[in-house]
Amino acid sequence: MSDRIDVRKTYKLYIGGAFPRSESGYSYEVTDSKGTFVANASLASRKDARDAVVAARKAFGGWSARTAYNRAQILYRVAEVMEDRRPQFVRAVEQSEGLRTKDADKVVDAAVDRLVWYAGWADKLTQVVGNANPVAGPFFNLSTPEPTGVVAVLAPQGSSLLGLVSAVAPVVVSGNTAVVVSSYARPLPAVTFAEVLATSDVPGGVVNILTGAAATVAPWLASHQDVNAIDLTGIAGETQLATDLEVAAADNLKRVRRAPAAEPDWSADPGLDAMTAFLETKTVWHPIGV
Amino acid sequence: MTTTPAGDVFAYAPAPESRAIVDIKASYGLFVGGEFVDGGGTSFKTINPATEEVLAEVAEATDADVDAAVKAARKAYDKVWGPMPGRERAKYLYRIARIIQERGRELAVLESIDNGKPIREARDVDVPTVAAHFFYYAGWADKLEYAGHGTTPLGVAGQVIPWNFPLLMLAWKIAPALACGNTVVLKPAETTPLTALLFAEICQQADLPAGVVNIVTGAGATGQALVSHPGVDKVAFTGSTDVGKAIARSVAGTDKKVTLELGGKAANIVFDDAPLDQAVEGIVNGIFFNQGHVCCAGSRLLVQESVADELLAKLKRRMSTLRVGDPLDKNTDIGAINSAEQLARIRELSDIGEAEVGTGEGAGRWSPACDLPSTGFWFPPTLFTGVSQAHRIAREEIFGPVLSVLTFRTPSEAVEKANNTPYGLSAGVWTDKGSLILHMANALRAGVVWANTFNKFDPTSPFGGYKESGYGREGGKHGLEAYLK
Amino acid sequence: MTASPTVAGGADLADVARSDASLRRFLHGLPGVDQVGADARAAALGTRSIKTTAKEFALDLAIRMVDLTTLEGADTAGKVRALASKAIRPDPTDPSCPPTAAVCVYPDMVATARETLGDSGVHVAAVATAFPSGRASLAIKLADTRDAVAAGADEIDMVIDRGAFLSGRYLQVFEEIVAVKEACGDAHLKVIFETGELQTYDNVRRASWLAMLAGGHFIKTSTGKVQPAATLPVTLVMLEAVRDFREATGQQVGVKPAGGIRTTKDAIKYLVMVNEVCGADWLDPDWFRFGASTLLNDLLMQRSKMRTGRYSGPDYVTLD
Repeated sequence: MSDRIDVRKTYKLYIGGAFPRSESGYSYEVTDSKGTFVANASLASRKDARDAVVAARKAFGGWSARTAYNRAQILYRVAEVMEDRRPQFVRAVEQSEGLRTKDADKVVDAAVDRLVWYAGWADKLTQVVGNANPVAGPFFNLSTPEPTGVVAVLAPQGSSLLGLVSAVAPVVVSGNTAVVVSSYARPLPAVTFAEVLATSDVPGGVVNILTGAAATVAPWLASHQDVNAIDLTGIAGETQLATDLEVAAADNLKRVRRAPAAEPDWSADPGLDAMTAFLETKTVWHPIGV
Repeated sequence: MTTTPAGDVFAYAPAPESRAIVDIKASYGLFVGGEFVDGGGTSFKTINPATEEVLAEVAEATDADVDAAVKAARKAYDKVWGPMPGRERAKYLYRIARIIQERGRELAVLESIDNGKPIREARDVDVPTVAAHFFYYAGWADKLEYAGHGTTPLGVAGQVIPWNFPLLMLAWKIAPALACGNTVVLKPAETTPLTALLFAEICQQADLPAGVVNIVTGAGATGQALVSHPGVDKVAFTGSTDVGKAIARSVAGTDKKVTLELGGKAANIVFDDAPLDQAVEGIVNGIFFNQGHVCCAGSRLLVQESVADELLAKLKRRMSTLRVGDPLDKNTDIGAINSAEQLARIRELSDIGEAEVGTGEGAGRWSPACDLPSTGFWFPPTLFTGVSQAHRIAREEIFGPVLSVLTFRTPSEAVEKANNTPYGLSAGVWTDKGSLILHMANALRAGVVWANTFNKFDPTSPFGGYKESGYGREGGKHGLEAYLK
Repeated sequence: MTASPTVAGGADLADVARSDASLRRFLHGLPGVDQVGADARAAALGTRSIKTTAKEFALDLAIRMVDLTTLEGADTAGKVRALASKAIRPDPTDPSCPPTAAVCVYPDMVATARETLGDSGVHVAAVATAFPSGRASLAIKLADTRDAVAAGADEIDMVIDRGAFLSGRYLQVFEEIVAVKEACGDAHLKVIFETGELQTYDNVRRASWLAMLAGGHFIKTSTGKVQPAATLPVTLVMLEAVRDFREATGQQVGVKPAGGIRTTKDAIKYLVMVNEVCGADWLDPDWFRFGASTLLNDLLMQRSKMRTGRYSGPDYVTLD
């Protein structure tokens, strides 16, 4: 037994590329799956959500204007850095989700692989969901997908890492920026993920991560007039909250990805839906002549 | 009755399209389960907005009527249309497309009478595009597995459409829904139900199985009953942003798939190197087409300061040649405003605009001289100069022949002003510089960007907005997504 | 006021032709023409429905605007005399039928035409300057012009040097027009672009301004020897040019589409376009002409239909 007192980490929010504490000053206890205290996490407030939206909006122009190739490289870089910090993530998943090391290992593998998979989509999505349209006239006509803007992401409550990555990557790969509310009970992998993002060339504000309760933070995001879309997947089964958030989202006609009845199997092939839900199709016409 | 520009030595004699081709009945029922049936509500009158003449009494569908229509659609979906192979569905849609072509003149005249739009537009734009839309989606019915949106229909679609393009919006809704294997209950607008009811007859002529298409007429309450009906799997709405938001709220927490095509306040941006004469045509087409009753109308003209005077001189001269009047006259460019209510709104916002812009240098309200008929609903083509982003006429959708003119100095200022709106349906760009076109096309937050053209529509081309202009796309391969799971 | 060309004052325009470079800068600084947009506008104007009284007005106006043309290697004095007679009285059965504006012939036929037309008021127009190709020295072109004027031509239809124009030698084209105009003396000068060879509407607009700056009284689409000849959109671009030129300088220039206009329906489309693009000031034979041969008979048949209510046939109009 060492005499040394270990240095504990303070788990903070991730907003605009920085790691502030909640402006409210509140934190909450996070325990492992057996109920043992692990750490205090910042309890994000309405104002933290507001700040995160401002940061995400500020980052949107630059991030969406990056080349798809560049976004692909950055997301791949995130995967590289995660891989590099595997032990930390394995430990975090073990703690949060109560998995055996072998299973936590698999989860981290899947999360890294999921990032690699999405990274590759950056410069292919346009080709798969875009279209040249043969209009009946002398016009060039092309439909291309574009990011919808700032997306509020309610991360899964159960799958604290794979689910998180599976919710965030499809949003940002196309050029959206995200305000993420992490799992309430299992927020620590999200904070560690934020630390990876901060060291992986992801511009500040592209992903903002709030730890805390969806029930208190999400209504502010759902009704925020400068948020373009909201992903409710993370509050699977919470029918009333999901309905309330969808109603609030109608105020500025946010794109809503509805909450499923139960948390999805994150190991399944994700398909395109998580990406296309946050895309706009822009169609450009131009005459063809001399 | 059509007014001719003042001092015109070559005055065009009236060239009225004959009304004889249409046979408007005294009263119309609902079209449910392949039959015309009485509605349970209080019937309402639809009038010719150019003359205020009552055209017909139309049944109002009650909640029970809507329920019956949804049940008929469900039965048709379960028993006939859902199980039918795509290649067979396709043939019905092709049949419908052909009948629309065969009865094109009749449809165009009826549309013009019920809506107030010029026969020239109904004949040359609306009806041909309607037929083309059915042709296009007919071909998809047996090719869905290649489109990438799955092949499973949603079920029953509840569709609510506006009065500005009654038949075209019907086609945008019904053609893809049916091609994908859904059945529909459609509610046309209260002021323009007649072509939808004629379309019901066309469905009968095509021997379309009963219940595949159901038409329920009525006002807002009927629409509300339809979109909130639990038997509806899909809601498609085109109309105002306010109603769109109400629908989005009402479907919250359900499994209903929703597409919304809502309002707009499009910027039409003219740079100083633009092909000016074509830009003028594009501006005119952008805001005066269909009396400006167009959600994607180019209602904000953003013109680069260095060319503003020259462009405005050309625009005013061009506006002076617009012929306002009898919609059935083949030479009419601007027809009647669709309803007294809409006319009141256009007048109100224009009066507000007049007060907002004042009469300072380069500011004011302007219309060419034109004598408007004494009966019916009319508004002259109007432009406001000296408008700023803060003015209501630069922010609110007027949905009439009213253009707000703003100026800019640099491309970035143009982008900022164009995007500075809660809407994002369409935008126009005019310049001879290719790289600037592509820059603007990238930077504009709008679902359709017309570069060196405006207000072009095609069945193959997806249409729909960003932000509060709604969500989902209609038209093209993208349009299938809304009707498949 | 900005230096924008179409609103530039007359003083600025006078300077434009001081060098090839300045002329080039000016012509290439004109607003571009989007082909699809111009085609669409022309097509839309073509859908106007002209009936009854408006059609009667248009028919007589169109007849009065015809430059009745014969430009064949096989032309003879007999042919030209017959044509000139027809120009004076297009419909021998109807004295109310107006004469055409002019007859248009090769220079060697001017004297013959002049003789027949006398003081009828119908002008003699001659195609000069090595028509239709224009491939001759300036001296020959000027001699050709003087010869036609001396023989009694009221109007000279010259061709521009398309080779020079397409290779960017605008000043050469300009100076040639100026020289021909001088050789015209009192005769009016129409400048033919051969738009089918210029190909783009941008070129048509530039040629229009070039010819107007050089002093042409009319700008004319085509020789009739090259396809496509006159089209509605090409004429639209030229009408916009004369409209803008008058706005800028106060000087009015006429427009003559020539070649390919064969039917009344076509002619009325052109008149509608003149009316709506330039306005009533151009609805006059002094400012708009049709270069045509077969058009006249169709106009006459339609005129007869308007008067009698029956469709006419080719046997009821004269062959010439």
